[in-house]
Amino acid sequence: MSGLALHKRLEQNAGLLIFGILLVSSIGGLVQILPVLNQEVVDEPAVNARVYTAIELTGRDIYIREGCSVCHSQQIRPLIAEVERYGPYSRAEEFIYDRPFLWGSKRTGPDLHRVGGKFSDDWHRVHLIDPREVVSKSIMPGYPWLARRDASQAGNITAKMRGLRFLGHPYSDEDIEAAPSQLEGLKEIDTLIAYLQMLGTGYDEEQAL
Amino acid sequence: MNEVSNNTYHDKIVIRLIQFSVIWAVLAMTVGVYIAAELVWPTIDFGQFWLSFGRLRPLHTNGIIFGFGVSALMATGFYSVQRTSHVPLFAPRLAWFCCYGWQLLVLTGGLSLLAGMNTSKEYAELEWPFDIVIALIWVCFGVVFFGTIATRKIKQIYISNWFYGALIIVIAMLHIVNSLAIPVSLTKSYSLYSGAQDAVVQWWYGHNAVGFLLTGGFLGMMYYFLPKQSGRPIWSYRLSVVAFWAFTYSYIWAGPHHLHYNAIPEWVLSLAVVMSVILLVPSWATMINGIMTVSSAAEKLKTDPALKFIVLSLAFYGLATFEGPMMAIPSVNVVSHFTDWTIGHVHSGALGWNAMITYGTFYFLVPRLVGVDLYSVRLANIHFWMALAGTMLYIIAMWGAGVSQGLLWLSVDEIGELSFSFKDIMSSMTLYYALRLVAGLIFLGGTVLMAYNLFMTLKGRDAVKVQVPAVDPAYGVGS
Repeated sequence: MSGLALHKRLEQNAGLLIFGILLVSSIGGLVQILPVLNQEVVDEPAVNARVYTAIELTGRDIYIREGCSVCHSQQIRPLIAEVERYGPYSRAEEFIYDRPFLWGSKRTGPDLHRVGGKFSDDWHRVHLIDPREVVSKSIMPGYPWLARRDASQAGNITAKMRGLRFLGHPYSDEDIEAAPSQLEGLKEIDTLIAYLQMLGTGYDEEQAL
Repeated sequence: MNEVSNNTYHDKIVIRLIQFSVIWAVLAMTVGVYIAAELVWPTIDFGQFWLSFGRLRPLHTNGIIFGFGVSALMATGFYSVQRTSHVPLFAPRLAWFCCYGWQLLVLTGGLSLLAGMNTSKEYAELEWPFDIVIALIWVCFGVVFFGTIATRKIKQIYISNWFYGALIIVIAMLHIVNSLAIPVSLTKSYSLYSGAQDAVVQWWYGHNAVGFLLTGGFLGMMYYFLPKQSGRPIWSYRLSVVAFWAFTYSYIWAGPHHLHYNAIPEWVLSLAVVMSVILLVPSWATMINGIMTVSSAAEKLKTDPALKFIVLSLAFYGLATFEGPMMAIPSVNVVSHFTDWTIGHVHSGALGWNAMITYGTFYFLVPRLVGVDLYSVRLANIHFWMALAGTMLYIIAMWGAGVSQGLLWLSVDEIGELSFSFKDIMSSMTLYYALRLVAGLIFLGGTVLMAYNLFMTLKGRDAVKVQVPAVDPAYGVGS
């Protein structure tokens, strides 16, 4: 059967057409995604990479909830200007414990991948509640409610850690049991600051630029 | 009674879906204008979490894509699949379930975004309970659509149905794979993929949601309504078929170009660049096919606002599908990535192509569905110019902002020190952001005019009962 005749059948048979679309559209994804899911460089944690503590994890989920990644990337590209501005460029093995990834697609505000340790906790606190107190021309929204809400109310921390352990994050039973008491007395803003302060600290100094 | 209903097309559901689509367009664009204003006056969220930029932005994108876009695609898909198959909708009750189920999903999903349930994966922000409902309704959509094709009386499956079919199949595949996650509560889940792997899967989804929903789905609309409206057959049917397969094959590879210079394997990026540039060919083949179809009916362009919208949408389609591959080239992407240029690119597609072709189709369809003339051709003409002005201003403002950001961020002086601080670059964007706000307001104003125009056209009227015409045996099934 010639190609044209074969195609004529396709044009008249809904089942074949569905099959054709599925086949043709899946090739690209299979070739690109399957190897990446098995590639070592994106599968092995960096030397200093560690799982998030209960406090940091709570902070990270608040970062996600408030949509911080809409305006802040966490991905320093290997370009001179970026490395100068933000620090050593981002490496795949630093993100092993990131579910979901938070690389972002837009920098309305600056990149945050290596923001950890660059500002004091107090600076972050003031800045998160009212950014214009410390950066006069900032267009970032304020997040005053973070200072009012209790961190222990921001999701079920033990269920979260169990879920992540199921996905392979090395949390021990002790880690999970101790989690609720670690959050006690903290406000949401405290956990978010803890998360921001550890961002980007998981790279290997020897290897880094 | 049964005899009659078996022989008339189901058009009430088309009207209802168009109404929902227009409502979502107005609401989601209003949210867009509001967040544009927040970037000029950052305190107008008044300290309210549900007015915060980070929550409203996904509401805007989801409202446009899933509310406005998908409702319009369901409406036009249901309308055209009946006409091209010469049968009424298969399983009409299931179709009504899709219609209302989807609206309920968009409404509750939108509220969940305001409440902070957000996976943070772009265009897939809804949490896992909604993901399951989306998958279910999508399967029902597929059953209605392919069921209608399976029971058709016309032998040939017309090209518009291929695009709608690809929309249903590929979006189902992308949605399911990308949404795989472990739920830890009713409102929270963790992605099955982590870090770089999650990024590759997400942009395989994100890019192809644009590809098969906002491009492919709306090409289905174009292939049915452009020939109808211009009264001319497709210029080259064979070209449309070749372009369809080329499009379906090559689009899916291009996702990783959203991750240039990011921490993912080099070979994935290289593949994505090559395939992104190749993608220009089927995209422009389709645009040329559309323009050539309408070129012999150029006279109509002077009088028919609906046709004007569709032709203009093809021009923007051409622009956006040229710009896209260019932005996928690493040396261009190094400037454009992370900047407002991307936002401009998205809107040249979303406003210029998706919204305009939908507006043209609605202006064509709504009067016909109820058997009257459009309430006001003059208002539609005013809308046309507002839409064009709004889109152009938007794109120009975002090009200005994006190119400045990209170049200023990368700029270093002769001793290798950064030339500008991030703060200074950010605070120099105010004028561009204000222009963008004006552009959005103009575009929204035009959409409100259309909503009024269509409302007055529909007011109190019922769908005309259209009999399924007799099938010419030369083209019928079994010929």
